[in-house]
Amino acid sequence: MNATDTLVEVLRSEGLRVLATLARTVGDLAVAEDALSEATITALNTWPKTGIPDNPRAWLAVVARRKALDLLRRESARSAKETAAFRWGTEAAPDQIEEAIEAMEPETSLHDDMLRLIFTCCHPALGREAQVALSLRTLARLEVPAIARAFLVSETTMAKRLVRVRSKIATARIPYAIPSDAELPGRLAAVLAVVYLIATEAHAPTGGDAVARVDLEAEAIRLARLLAGLMPGEPETLSLVALLLLTSARTSARTDADGNPVTLADQDRTRWNHAAIAEGSAWLSEAVERSGGAAGSYQIQAHLAAAHSTAPSWQETDWDGIVGLYDLLGSITANPVVALNRAIAVTQRDGPEAGLAALKTIGGLEHSHLWHAALADNLRRLGHTSEAAGELHTAVTLAPGEAEQRLLQNRLRAVRSELR
Amino acid sequence: MTQYVALCYYDRNQYWDSPPELEFSPQYTEFARRATEAGVMRGGEALHPVAMSTTITVSGGKGGDVLLVDGPYAEAKEVLAGYFLLEVADLDEAVAWAAQIPAAWRGKIELRPIAPVHT
Repeated sequence: MNATDTLVEVLRSEGLRVLATLARTVGDLAVAEDALSEATITALNTWPKTGIPDNPRAWLAVVARRKALDLLRRESARSAKETAAFRWGTEAAPDQIEEAIEAMEPETSLHDDMLRLIFTCCHPALGREAQVALSLRTLARLEVPAIARAFLVSETTMAKRLVRVRSKIATARIPYAIPSDAELPGRLAAVLAVVYLIATEAHAPTGGDAVARVDLEAEAIRLARLLAGLMPGEPETLSLVALLLLTSARTSARTDADGNPVTLADQDRTRWNHAAIAEGSAWLSEAVERSGGAAGSYQIQAHLAAAHSTAPSWQETDWDGIVGLYDLLGSITANPVVALNRAIAVTQRDGPEAGLAALKTIGGLEHSHLWHAALADNLRRLGHTSEAAGELHTAVTLAPGEAEQRLLQNRLRAVRSELR
Repeated sequence: MTQYVALCYYDRNQYWDSPPELEFSPQYTEFARRATEAGVMRGGEALHPVAMSTTITVSGGKGGDVLLVDGPYAEAKEVLAGYFLLEVADLDEAVAWAAQIPAAWRGKIELRPIAPVHT
């Protein structure tokens, strides 16, 4: 990691901590965000010359509070009462940094502030897309252009969307609070869903040419780790970290030298990130221990990812175990995609006839390229080559990303050559 | 404290010419009593069914022809049946109160923060 990367990394992780406390003190997320952005710019201009301060968080806290005070003063509508909440004036002498370190919020208070920030960004009164965008900006501290790219919208559109979300938080008075114990399970599920959605978009981008988006994948893992650190007692949070690590371990092998996608069956398993697999497995063990046998959806998915990531080859994968895990997953989430993956595992375990029968019982996937591709695979193995070509043709037209389309097109070409 | 209006919506067929909620009348009274006691209720009214309503629009903007339509806004699938004005600390508290309004059990409730009007 070079000096600039270190600087950016420190700014992102410390910035989030500063923001969490500042948002509570100011009582307005938008003002806190703007103040922190200005403080970050100041840091980017100053730190390369002075070096990263010994306590970067205290440095940022002092500067961001000063910027927030300026912002509140500029808003004439604000009462003097609100600005009086600040201890520091506009001029901060070096000894005030020391003072700030002395006055630093205790670690437990910071912990709660960060949870407040997370639950506010993922409040159910905000739409899922708004939750994801706000989480990427506020929690992952991604810049607007990067978020705009992830959503395939213009920077202006994304900037406007974020303004609207923050303004709803302020106007509708979405509380900056940790949910009560009674509400926590539902609210935590929403937070995990946001992180999972970021990871899903990273794993299978909805548009563009890339097989995977490594940048978004890293953000999802960062957020999951943050949650696990803040809520170590929640097994599903630990399972999500395990799932994301185990899945990301295969990312580099999912593309060949020409940038074309490679399916799991054909991947060079020596290219997998074995350190990430080991770490993911360790998180999973911890989650299993914490959950006391009651496996949630992320835990089952992590077990599935582990079964693939630890198999010596596609043929030597524990397909019977995988079918069992999909049965379990299907019993808690009625999702046709789960049924699809189960059917693919059935093909591996029992052969194409059983796989085809399992696929045909699934309803609601007529518009999924993966379903048509799986049908094609079984039909081809059973010798129904022209039907297989027809299904692959449908799959190509339905595939959402260019990389996926190329993969299916190659397969279609191979099947058509068998026809001649 | 923030004021929210809790707009009570029902399916338009359910609220066309007679209020469907007579069975819930005691619960409405009970809700209003508790919300008043808690100092949360700042107002509220029930509306006559939409068969009684008239929708107007001024064609071409200010000073144009006043056009009248018998009934509610034609596009809406759900119609307004009444409202409560609630004053609470934040949205979570407003949601907790709104969930106790009978309209939420059979129809839908929209919570809107009240905008301050500068005169």
